Amino acid sequence: MSILSIKNLHAEVDGKEILKGIDLEIGAGEIHAIMGPNGSGKSTLSYTLAGREGYKVTKGEVRYQGKDLLEMLPEERAQAGVFLAFQYPVEIPGVPTVTFLKQAMNSVRKARGEKQLDAFEFKKLMDARLKELNIVNDMVRRALNTGFSGGEKKRMEVLQMALLEPTLAILDETDSGLDIDALKTVADGVNALRGADRSMLVITHYQRLLDYIVPDHVHVLFEGRIVRSGDKSLALELEEKGYTDITGAAA
Amino acid sequence: MAIAQETIESVGQATDKYKYGFITEIEMDRAPKGLSEDTIRFISAKKEEPEWLLEWRLKAYRHWLTMKEPTWARVGYPPIDYQDSYYYSAPKSDADRPKSLDEIDPKLLETYEKLGIPLKEQEVLAGVRNVAIDAVFDSVSVATTFKDRLEKDGVIFCSISEAVKKHPELVKKYIGSVVPYSDNFFATLNSAVFTDGSFCYIPKGVRCPMELSTYFRINASETGQFERTLIIADEGSYVSYLEGCTAPQRDENQLHAAVVELVALDDAEIKYSTVQNWYPGDEEGVGGIYNFVTKRGVCEKRAKISWTQVETGSAITWKYPSCILKGDDSVGEFFSIAITNNRQQADTGTKMLHIGKNTRSRIIAKGISAGKSQSTYRGQVRINAMAEGANNYTKCDNLLIVDQCRVHPLPYIESKNRSARVEHEATTSKISDDQLFYCLQRGIPQEDALTLIVNGFCREVLQELPMEFAVEAQKLVGISLEGSVG
Ligand SMILES: Nc1ncnc2c1ncn2[C@@H]1O[C@H](COP(=O)(O)OP(=O)(O)OP(=O)(O)O)[C@@H](O)[C@H]1O
Ligand SMILES: [Mg+2]
Repeated sequence: MSILSIKNLHAEVDGKEILKGIDLEIGAGEIHAIMGPNGSGKSTLSYTLAGREGYKVTKGEVRYQGKDLLEMLPEERAQAGVFLAFQYPVEIPGVPTVTFLKQAMNSVRKARGEKQLDAFEFKKLMDARLKELNIVNDMVRRALNTGFSGGEKKRMEVLQMALLEPTLAILDETDSGLDIDALKTVADGVNALRGADRSMLVITHYQRLLDYIVPDHVHVLFEGRIVRSGDKSLALELEEKGYTDITGAAA
Repeated sequence: MAIAQETIESVGQATDKYKYGFITEIEMDRAPKGLSEDTIRFISAKKEEPEWLLEWRLKAYRHWLTMKEPTWARVGYPPIDYQDSYYYSAPKSDADRPKSLDEIDPKLLETYEKLGIPLKEQEVLAGVRNVAIDAVFDSVSVATTFKDRLEKDGVIFCSISEAVKKHPELVKKYIGSVVPYSDNFFATLNSAVFTDGSFCYIPKGVRCPMELSTYFRINASETGQFERTLIIADEGSYVSYLEGCTAPQRDENQLHAAVVELVALDDAEIKYSTVQNWYPGDEEGVGGIYNFVTKRGVCEKRAKISWTQVETGSAITWKYPSCILKGDDSVGEFFSIAITNNRQQADTGTKMLHIGKNTRSRIIAKGISAGKSQSTYRGQVRINAMAEGANNYTKCDNLLIVDQCRVHPLPYIESKNRSARVEHEATTSKISDDQLFYCLQRGIPQEDALTLIVNGFCREVLQELPMEFAVEAQKLVGISLEGSVG
């Protein structure tokens, strides 16, 4: 079954067209990787899917689990299981991470008609995930992402993903800025979430990540279009030859 | 877009959002309309006051007649007709004053229940709050809880009218000692016509065993409320006091001009917290309370006074809780959150007057502005020539929710002593789209996201509130900002 179906998607930011006709099908349980040079539109694609204000769709359609995704409010998309791990996670001073996590979790549960978790139930769930992801308890008591190191922020994104158990997870360069050990923990975390009912769109610059999170498909995004698709070997080819060869061939 | 639609709808409902807007039907006993020496004599007689107090009131009134309403604050309102208001309004059943809670008009008890303030002590005990409450309804105090328990420690907590009768020597000694009857236009008016308020005295060396709290409620229409609070912390004592206030939703403006005086003797500490939620008026600026308040405390040697305020209500707020740091090594603190939405206007801040040596003060003011509101922070730090080693730290942060609102930070610092240290920081920022989107992406709806971010912004101040009230205040932050993002 198709989880995400993107057809001829065009989107602009501040009047400038960035996405110029994207087609992509992601089936249930599949992992797709997107690679592409800086400025090719990878983050723009992820923001557009998440419904960020200012990212205007001018043409095309996106269906998520058969529904029109573009009609939904950003929070509705999240509640319906679309999760975006941000390339640059945002700091929210004064809001304890644990407060934020609990509120996110309960908002999603409320929208789905599930029971609200009390502080105790939530803590139990969170502690288990913290352990799996090697995150010290100390961190969740601090204000959300505030003063966290680059790697800590990325880990926090994965923690949130693990708690919210999304149906479609978009990871925007979650591997950038991680040391080797952290990369492994994050990849393990992601792999633990892998399942028949969970699809992922993994944006990365490094084929190294794809050794840990093995994708079903790899796509190359260039100037707002997918110019090549293939299997895992495409990532290796990119690593070897760089983008110029491939994009040149496509142009 | 759907968000815009939702915002229009929630703004449309904003008038219904003030959940304290109900009116209680109770028979009232009133002074004749208008202000005159007769009105003052009427009030004083109703309260069976001693001669000296009536004289003091009249002196204030005569002085008031010579004064002009101040115009320096950045607030605008049509002239107030002081003759077109009632100055005394009390529930009729007060004629035979309730002797215990059981004798209180059940309607009144219901009102306080609606406000979420249980007055029956067993209910208080059953709940989470360990708080003694003095409830002031229009012009009179209707109930004070836990009196007996407090008396065991020698703590006096009652209405100021009762204190005048039972502890005249304390009232006579301290009333007007911090805010003199001639202090300013509104304080002088209050001195002439004040009707009730709370009185506390904490004896030497006593740590008050529970939070003390007063809930003020304006109910009657066309009635001004002028309460007067006096708190005396004797040497080495400690007390934490909280006041809360609400009023019904009416399309007229009502005047509230209170005076609070705090006296912290050597080594004493007073923590005074306010959650001010008077009716703010509707989104077009119709109705709402005019809140002109004078609050001041004096610190003797090594004493400490902390003002914490969460100001979300009132059409106009004019308020500058201050500390006179008279004794050496005394400490003054001011923690403030002022939220304005729609057409609200707030001109608020503090004054720290350093007189003693090594006196220290700390000011943390957070302003949040939405709608077409106006918010001014007015802070004054004055260090006298004798105040060797005085030290002040001021931090003033403003957060704008939309572009139309206005904030004006106005810090005045004046130091006459070279050894003094003053430090001042100020920021103004617009609420961040990045932060809002981040919350939305985690499934948190827009209004909740705003509440969360604003509460984060206010955290330094919220954590100064007594635990029981911090939660309430956080919710209030959310309610006050409903319908303000789009
Ligand atoms: N507000 C804006 N106005 C104009 N151009 C913009 C705006 N925001 C982004 N862009 C442009 O859109 C293009 C795509 O940016 P995007 O962030 O999607 O790239 P990316 O593929 O994620 O790059 P990276 O690998 O560096 O993360 C870039 O050229 C960028 O400068
Ligand atoms: Mg990017």
